[in-house]
Amino acid sequence: MRAAVAPALGALGFVLFWQVAVWLRVADPVLLPAPAEAFRDTWQAFAGGTLAHDTWRTVQRTALSFAIATAIGVPLGVALGAQERLYRGVEFVVDFFRSTPASALFPLFLILFGPGEGTKVAVAAFGAALVILFNAAYGVINARRTRVLAARVMGASSARILRDVLVWEAMPQILVGMRAGVSLALVIVVVAEMFIGSTDGLGHRVINAQMLFESGLMYGAIFVAGALGYGLNLLFLMAEKRFVHWAGR
Amino acid sequence: MRLPPREAAINIRGLRKAFSGQPVYSGFDLDVRRGDILAIFGPNGCGKSTLINMAAGLLARDGGEILYDGREVGEVRIGYVFQNYREALFPWRRAADNVRYPLRLQGLPRAAAEARLEALAAMFRVRFDLNRYPYELSGGQQQLVSIMRALAVEPEVLFLDEPFSALDFETTLSLRALLQQVLKELRVTTILVSHDLEESIVLADRLLMLTRRPTTVAADVPVPLPWPRGTEVLSHPDFVAIKARCLSVFEQAVAA
Repeated sequence: MRAAVAPALGALGFVLFWQVAVWLRVADPVLLPAPAEAFRDTWQAFAGGTLAHDTWRTVQRTALSFAIATAIGVPLGVALGAQERLYRGVEFVVDFFRSTPASALFPLFLILFGPGEGTKVAVAAFGAALVILFNAAYGVINARRTRVLAARVMGASSARILRDVLVWEAMPQILVGMRAGVSLALVIVVVAEMFIGSTDGLGHRVINAQMLFESGLMYGAIFVAGALGYGLNLLFLMAEKRFVHWAGR
Repeated sequence: MRLPPREAAINIRGLRKAFSGQPVYSGFDLDVRRGDILAIFGPNGCGKSTLINMAAGLLARDGGEILYDGREVGEVRIGYVFQNYREALFPWRRAADNVRYPLRLQGLPRAAAEARLEALAAMFRVRFDLNRYPYELSGGQQQLVSIMRALAVEPEVLFLDEPFSALDFETTLSLRALLQQVLKELRVTTILVSHDLEESIVLADRLLMLTRRPTTVAADVPVPLPWPRGTEVLSHPDFVAIKARCLSVFEQAVAA
């Protein structure tokens, strides 16, 4: 309960700051509506179902791309990490594309997947998969050598060591990668919704509201996207605490 | 001391090992009598751990042979207790599951594994909850779990790599007493690497003093003190004499 006080005060302070800026007319009211007004517009859009639908679509795309990224990134990362020499070989390519802004890949993916849903999900999955792969590989590479030796001396085969030791050793790092991956997937999905022929999604809603001067709704959609990102991060932090409670201890 | 294979649990012949061109072992021989506790003591970097790691099959040797009653290490059940229990136990498994793990690897039926776990817990008079995770246990308890895990498969040879060096004195004393009792009861052939001379003598039937690199045997000291050996043995005249002799050997070995 007490832990929630400070963040609540912080949020309240932010809204107050916003209200003061409106009172001082820092910007045109059309561009910077009062918090109450933005909240009302957002609520109406939610009640009307459009914003809820947009949020749902963004969640769906993010979840799908994240699921694909995890399904590819975790096994591949673990496998590459277990063969460190092989990983060193592909490391540069992984690092290079991990560092490439995913948005720069939109045109390429448009050619490959067409202007529909495929491209949005594929680019997001691609970006997230690299982050997850990289973390999974490093988790395996940095596995405690003593634990591997302990398993081997007990007679575990290489396959057993991979399954019983390396995957577990990498688990904390894999979850870190998944947390980073889901955040990245959300970012890419929202950007894709803005610029790749979309009719729904939070990204689409934000840019649409901006073009129609529906400022209240625009701010609302931005905050919903923010809440989504924050919530996903929190969810994964909690999952880490729960599933790798033993990490670092 | 050469032992025929029947009496020996391990025969090491002509062992060779070098690290980046620097020889550690060049033609090293050792026989360990079945049921004996052999302590290995020597100056830092003389290759004590290297020796048991090669014997346990964790490190490749450059030449020579290490045979267990004629068999290679891969065909023998061995136990190994690492110095750093925090890095050797599996923190994602409960303590009991850590002990069950090698039994599962061997494909032991569940009932037999449970019986084995209970027997070990009784033998070591375990009073803490084995269903806890290792990080919920004290250092001494964690190392005890490591020892139970190593003994679970009823190993022919048990390797102990400085098992008490990360523990405080009080814990070391009680764990040491418990360990010698169990090892003597089970008659497990044991090779102990220790950097504590007193501990090496107290726990061993035989103490092998090694020289600096390239490593040879400086002295092969039998320790015929009666078992069990409590703290009172530390003031036993024979103990004092053995320790004095070992100390002078050690000083020569380090000076050489």
